[in-house]
This record gives sequence, structure tokens and C-alpha cells, in this order.
Amino acid sequence: MAQLDTEIGLLNDDILELMYLVKTQLEKGHKAFIDFDEDLAIDITINEKRVDALELKIDRDCENILALFNPVAVDLRFVIASFKINSDLERLGDHADSIAKYIMDFGEPIDEEIIKEMRIDEMFETAIQMMSHIFSAFISEDTQLARKVFAKDKILNEINRGISNVTARLINENGKQVEEYLYLFSIIRKLERVGDLLKNVAEEIIFYIEAKVLKHKKDKSENSSKEGDS
Amino acid sequence: MEAEQKNPKATNVETKPKLNPDNKDFKLQAKNVNVYYGDFQAINDISLDVVDNSITAFIGPSGCGKSTFLRLFNRMNDYIDGFRMEGDILLNKKSVYDESVKVEELRKKVGMVFQKPNPFPKSVYENVAYGLRIQGIKDEDLIEKRVVKSLKQATLFDEVESLEKQALSLSGGQQQRLCIARALAVQPSVLLMDEPTSALDPISTAKIEELIRELKKKYTIVIVTHNMQQAGRISDNTAFLYMGKLIEYGDTQKIFTNPEKDRTQNYITGRFG
Repeated sequence: MAQLDTEIGLLNDDILELMYLVKTQLEKGHKAFIDFDEDLAIDITINEKRVDALELKIDRDCENILALFNPVAVDLRFVIASFKINSDLERLGDHADSIAKYIMDFGEPIDEEIIKEMRIDEMFETAIQMMSHIFSAFISEDTQLARKVFAKDKILNEINRGISNVTARLINENGKQVEEYLYLFSIIRKLERVGDLLKNVAEEIIFYIEAKVLKHKKDKSENSSKEGDS
Repeated sequence: MEAEQKNPKATNVETKPKLNPDNKDFKLQAKNVNVYYGDFQAINDISLDVVDNSITAFIGPSGCGKSTFLRLFNRMNDYIDGFRMEGDILLNKKSVYDESVKVEELRKKVGMVFQKPNPFPKSVYENVAYGLRIQGIKDEDLIEKRVVKSLKQATLFDEVESLEKQALSLSGGQQQRLCIARALAVQPSVLLMDEPTSALDPISTAKIEELIRELKKKYTIVIVTHNMQQAGRISDNTAFLYMGKLIEYGDTQKIFTNPEKDRTQNYITGRFG
């Protein structure tokens, strides 16, 4: 096996490890939120350091491969995609960490009815499904699966778009729980960003496998134009 | 894709000549070319067009036929034992293998630079003047003008303290640029280069590459290289040859980022060859 193959294989393993770690962080965030498990929230903040360390290692590895092996074609696309996915995953980890900190700051369980009304559980579940699709799509190089993320992201966007009105109405109806509503509002904003980042990761997976650039394109279907086309 | 924004700093960005089928501005054309050395078939049915004022790179593993193919354009294979060619090679839409073509005249139009610098054991001046003298030019003023111009084009003029300096005392990179100047002196329109930097260090290589890019403005350049990064850096179009066949030919950027053929991808990523 060529040395470049070995390096690409190691980079692939590191990206998978980071993906799995971030996926676990989001799942723990969901569980900590629903069960109001402060210990689990603390666990997330501790693991955030692992996310950061792995991000730095992957950055360095990408730089080394580019400098030392001059990859081209599919290898180059893989390294470029990995570099961007790495950054997106690190930011996903940051959002999981921020959600954990909200849970710790808030200090008491949140009313289940409010969670239901603000559709936060649905957002968590959708985001985690997206993360699972990304994970499997990366392992199996399955761009169909990666594309499923785009439809799911629309669910998160739809909830996010309506949340200002929902929050305003809830505050009007019950002014005593303003702080609670605002915490939840912030978590929703974070989950919407999680969706955007996962969408970016899906685009990078498709770029690496199909050499198609989907960024800034409304039509992200399989037949969308190839790199360089308008 | 969004409308492409121009980088205000990118003032030197050149428009790369594309192999557009509508582009009839071809300098060189190969038409269904087969080459045999005795019973061995070195080139197998290659057709290829080279755009005027462009740099075209031939890449491929050793023995794939890229040098043989390059040398067809100025008939350098003619005297090799057992050489036989089918098909045709056109320069400015005229066959270079036509009986009426004089090889010496052809080579004035299609110059060549080889892998190893091969200056004559003469002065810098006489090396560059050599081609002009054997053409029968006796006007010393004209010869001097051409020598100076060619040395300047090859970015060597300012580096040699005297034109009487012995060519063999120059560095390898300078000798190769001298050979380029020698080729330019007879005012060709095409320059063929067979691995012109493979014997040079990175600094000399960079200078030659810069020179090649500069020469593109006036000449059509075809280069054989084993250095994949070099092909990517300097050429507009790249042809990948394998076992005498043309596997893929097209825009260099496309070949090195997203080639059409698996075999091309496997070669440029170092997975075979």
C-alpha cells in the first residue's frame, strides 16, 4: 500500500472517531436535557476537550498530507472535505457543549408541556437522525443517505422560524417562566445551527465522492450541476 | 453557482486555452496515428489536437509512448530502425509527413528541448548563433540581434557576464535555458520539450517553468513530463497515455481534480504505473 493510502486511511479513521464522539455528545445532550441529568451535562463539557484535541490533530494531519504527498483528484477532494468536515464537527461539539451548559445553568427540570409546545424534543431527534445519516453516509460513501440530511434540515428550519412567535405567546400567557422560555429559545437556536452544520458536512461528503459542489445551491438533488457549472 | 467574483489581486490570471470542439485554432493535430518499431506497436490510434499558444502536457508511465508521440511532431523518429507510422500529423493544418516537406525546414518551425541540457562545447554566443549559421545567415548584425533576443527570452542574458563564456561552464539550469534560447533563435512557432527539468534542481526547475509560461504567449508548447505537479502547474491541457493509447485528454484542472477515467485517476494518484 502506498504511503498516501496509509495517511488517507488514518485521516479517515480520525474523522470517524470525531464524528462518533460528536454524535455521542449530541445524544448525551438530548438525554441530559430530557432527564435533566446534570452529571451527564458535566460529562459533555469534559468530553468537549477531546473534541478540540482531535480537531487540532486532524488539522495538522490534513496540512501534512497536503504538504508532503501533494494529493490530487479523489485524494485531494478527500483531504479538502476532511479539513472542512473537521471544522464543522468541532463547531457541532461546541453547540453540544453550550446546550450542556444551559442545562447546568438552569438548575431544575423543565416543564414537559413547554418542551412539547416548543418542539425541542422533535428538534433533538431530527438533529440526531441527521447525525446518524452523516455517520453512515461517511462510512459507506453513500451520497443518497447524505442527501437525506437536506430534507431533515428543513424540519429544523421550520421549527426555528416559528419559535419567536411561540416564545412571545408563551411569555404573554405566563410571564413567570420567562427565563425558562428564553433558555429553551436559545437551545432551539443552537439546534438550528446544528442542522446547518450537518448540512455542510453532507455537502462535503458529496463533494468528496461525486466531485459536485452543492454549496449555495438550492437544488441539491443528484442531478444538480457538476463542479464549475453555474 | 454564484457569479464568479474577480480577485482584485489576481491581475496575472491568464485565460486558459480550452479544448472546445468549436475551437478550430489548432496548431498541431494528430490523426489516427499508429507507430511501430518493427513488430512492436508503440502508439495505438491516437488522435489529438493541440491549441495554438497553449501548453500541453503528455503524462504517463515509462514506456507508454509519450516521448515517441512527442517526437512525431518534428519527425525525430524518422531515422530510428524499424520506425513506421500510419495516420498523419498536421502543423497549421498541413501534413508534416508530406513528401514535399523538408525536415530541416520543419525543425525550424518545431524546435525541441531535451531532458539533459546538451550545449555545444562553444561559447554562449556561438551556441545560440549555431542554428542561424547552419541556415546560411551571414549577416552578423542580424545574428547578434537574434542571439541577444533569444537569450533575453530565455531569461539568461542578464545572468551571463560575457557571451563569450564557455557554455559548458554554466550551471545545469543555465545550460538548459541556453538550449531553449538556441531553439528560439531560429524562430519556431512550436516548442517540444522532453522532460526539460528532470535533471535540474528545484530553483532551476522553477525558473524553467516560469520561462515556459512566459513563452506560451508566443509559442505553442508541448511538454513530456514525469512530474505530475509540474504538469498541473504549467499546462493548460493534459494528455494521459498508457501502453501507447491515449486514455484521457482535456483541461489540466479537470484531469487533476476530477478525471473522467479510473485509469487516469489511478495513475495521477500514484496507485499504478
